[in-house]
Amino acid sequence: MTDIPFLSLAIWIPILGGLLVLATGPDRNARMARVVALLTAILGFAVTLPLYIGFDAASAAMQFREHAVWIAHFNIHYRLGIDGISLWFVLLNAFITILVVIAGWQVIQSRVAQYMAAFLIMSGLMNGIFAALDGALFYVFFEASLIPLYLVIGVWGGPNRVRAAIKFFLFTLAGSLPMLLVLLYLYQSTGSFEILHWQRAALSMGEQSLIFFAFLAAFGVKVPMWPVHTWLPDAHVEAPTGGSVVLAAIALKLGAYGFVRFSLPIVPDAAMAHAPLVIALSLIAVVYIGFVALAQADMKKLVAYSSISHMGFVTLGFFMLNPLGVEGALIQMISHGFVSAAMFLCIGVLYDRMHSRQIADYGGVVNTMPKFAAFFMLFAMANCGLPATSGFVGEFTVILGAVQYNFWIGLLAATTLILGAAYTLWMYKRVVFGAVANENVAGLADIGARECLILAVLAACVLAMGIYPFPFTDVMHTSVDELLRHVSAGKLP
Amino acid sequence: MNVPDFFPAAAEIFVAVMALAVMLATAFARDTARSLAYALAQFTLLVTAFITIFTLDTAPAIHGFGGMLVHDLLGSILKLIVCFAMMIALLYGHGYLAERKLDRPEYYLLALLMTLGMMVMITASHLLPLYIGLEMMSLSLYALVAFDRDSVRSTEAGMKYFVLGALASGLLLYGMSMIYGATGALELPAIAQAVSAQAANKPVLLLGLVFLVAGISFKLGVVPFHMWVPDVYQGAPTPVTLILSSAPKLAAFALALRLLATGLPGLAEHWQSMLMLVAAASIVLGNLAALRQHNIKRMLAYSGISHMGFMLLGLLSGIAGKADSTVVAYSGAMFYAIAYVLMTLAAFGMVVLLSRAGFDAGEIEDFKGLNRRSPWFAVLMLFVMFSMAGIPFFIGFFAKFAVLAAVIAAGYLWLAVLAIVMSLIGAFYYLRIVKLMYFDEPLDDTPLAASPELQLMLSVNGVAIAALGLMPGTLLSLCKTALLSSSVTG
Repeated sequence: MTDIPFLSLAIWIPILGGLLVLATGPDRNARMARVVALLTAILGFAVTLPLYIGFDAASAAMQFREHAVWIAHFNIHYRLGIDGISLWFVLLNAFITILVVIAGWQVIQSRVAQYMAAFLIMSGLMNGIFAALDGALFYVFFEASLIPLYLVIGVWGGPNRVRAAIKFFLFTLAGSLPMLLVLLYLYQSTGSFEILHWQRAALSMGEQSLIFFAFLAAFGVKVPMWPVHTWLPDAHVEAPTGGSVVLAAIALKLGAYGFVRFSLPIVPDAAMAHAPLVIALSLIAVVYIGFVALAQADMKKLVAYSSISHMGFVTLGFFMLNPLGVEGALIQMISHGFVSAAMFLCIGVLYDRMHSRQIADYGGVVNTMPKFAAFFMLFAMANCGLPATSGFVGEFTVILGAVQYNFWIGLLAATTLILGAAYTLWMYKRVVFGAVANENVAGLADIGARECLILAVLAACVLAMGIYPFPFTDVMHTSVDELLRHVSAGKLP
Repeated sequence: MNVPDFFPAAAEIFVAVMALAVMLATAFARDTARSLAYALAQFTLLVTAFITIFTLDTAPAIHGFGGMLVHDLLGSILKLIVCFAMMIALLYGHGYLAERKLDRPEYYLLALLMTLGMMVMITASHLLPLYIGLEMMSLSLYALVAFDRDSVRSTEAGMKYFVLGALASGLLLYGMSMIYGATGALELPAIAQAVSAQAANKPVLLLGLVFLVAGISFKLGVVPFHMWVPDVYQGAPTPVTLILSSAPKLAAFALALRLLATGLPGLAEHWQSMLMLVAAASIVLGNLAALRQHNIKRMLAYSGISHMGFMLLGLLSGIAGKADSTVVAYSGAMFYAIAYVLMTLAAFGMVVLLSRAGFDAGEIEDFKGLNRRSPWFAVLMLFVMFSMAGIPFFIGFFAKFAVLAAVIAAGYLWLAVLAIVMSLIGAFYYLRIVKLMYFDEPLDDTPLAASPELQLMLSVNGVAIAALGLMPGTLLSLCKTALLSSSVTG
């Protein structure tokens, strides 16, 4: 059982499946492309299940390790492995891929094979990011995953898609290029690209600070943190539903994951020294972006800003550097993966019918789409952190951690509960409740079986995680404790 | 090992003989002269490649021809790639030239003579053959650029290239004469010895070095000797641009490596700082100017300037006294040059692919909606563009990776930062091509009419860019072994 390279399978099955889908060619074979894509996505998810089943929660070590020499010239290795921190992201990613394929089943009618292939390949690359234990391998996956998303936004996106796609690409590239220099610098001083080796390498405070800021640039853009968040609302608004889902549920997590895998353990002393800066930026994201979200007239933009605000919670949790904060942030990441995916899918459901994302065009949707309204209600509640939904667990834990760190920071962070509720529920009220606003709304058809299935699965996840978060938190404890022990030990001579 | 004195020149002698044979054969075969010349040229290149492969040897370098030529692994690999690059370039251009009645036998003859020149440059271990090889390559190229004699642009480009190129050759020769004057030697190892023994007149030596660097910079097409590049690239018939932008860059790399690294390692700190300025200026200017181009050939010309600047980053990152790091740095540059040849062949191959009888693809707009016309070639062009932009998993990423690693190892952090910032700016114009191919609708729906062999070769070329990006290890190690076998680090 342990001999099967599950991580490699989780990376390469979607990529090879994506190439297979591409081979089905033009749109007259669209049906075949969809079926192959769905089978690949399901298979890709199936091979990640043994990762959870076989995972030893009591160990903080990397598990399911794989190793092969990749480029001997630079001592680059194909090293894979996961710990309690990355485990859930691989699963989440594979799971979301299935939803994206199903969500695009009917909506996407042009260049179907290319659409499906782009998502499958992206999914494989992102698994690679979460599983890579070699800095160069990580970077290669990290950069390569930009290409499919660039195409997805640009080809199947809205009217301003070109600008949004290029902005997305260049912003992310601008962040990650300094990271390349840092990786090369670390290679230069340690002779290796192995992340675990870097975590043990001694570095002076000056070096650590420079490295820390390069990482901050790379991951801060990806998260995205205020003030480099401006690409995200554009990208979300223009991207097709599937693109928004992957962007919010997985792509944003890559940045946050980078902080825990690189910034904290490799440059712990700089991370501690500069934590107040990151905390300040995170609080601005939480509070200020929360207000920005309140003012949006476009539903997708509103959820995009709400994503930034929620991700601010994640970075806040990490840099409090206490167990509650870090675990809460990780839970918040997974929960946000489910909730934001669901929110974007809900907006997608409305958009497919009305071809408008403006809140003002809606009103009284509950009268024509009662089933949809019920699901949407649940996800809206989860988005503002109602107890018994997944949103609550993460936010509450982070706030507890924040209060432990400093009461006033905790208080500021807690305003998100009010702001989040304000913008989400106000939008919900304007879209769903009230009298039927116009003829278009009156003519809406309720969700079909396919849409119902996706939303029901997500609803189950959101509720399960809210009521019984143990399976999610259980695997993290040891890894998070080990991480924090390592960070607090520092590496200054 | 007991080998005849002419052994290092075996492949060159074969090419020279075959070039004469082509001249004679096509004079007699009147009706079939064109296809005969093409076939003979391809045959010659193929056999030369085989000769190079069979004489491939990792043993220490063998000097022959009275110390004028050297046979080492570095030279063999570069010659092999030059042969392949020329074969591909001739294959890509064949249909295009035939449609425009430009496939006169002289074209292939000149291409062979040019190959001969490049091979001599690569094999040379003495200033004279180095210069003769360079001139043979350059003169053939001047004629090739002006080959479309009824086109004003083509003849103008040829003239411009000739005047500036002759000047640059003059500068190089002047520099060589000063080096000779200062050291009293023409063989590169002897020059190196004289320099390290401090026997040479330093001011004369340095003045000569400035001229050498200027000449090399011109042949590489880097700032401030880059003015000819965009005009010549645009003016020359596309198949000639294809030739011009690929194999000669490798030859110029060999020229730089032999002259500077083998011949003048004692002056490394001086030429490194010169190259540093040249590289930085090329990367900046190439990327900024490429942003504003509407013509794809001009855009690729400016992008080529910046790529050559990147290549120089590897060449200037040798560290005195640390032979191992130096070899790694040079092998980064060599890998970059090879990667660039592969990418530029594919990029101009795409321009040829989009052209057809009566229509020359030249504008960037011609790539609009390529994904609708041919998804396969659109994805290949996507490979090329992302590779040039330095995005993984493509060979261009590892090329940038290798030279940046060398620059950081040498401690020039500012140069690495500059290169990074500029490659971000550069990413924009490559992304723009991808945008045109994928996000826009086609301007015309005419099916691609290129010959099957062009399509096949272009596919192999494009896939190689991705495949070598997935598995760059072998080529990187090969570059390192090649440089270890040669005497570049003294």
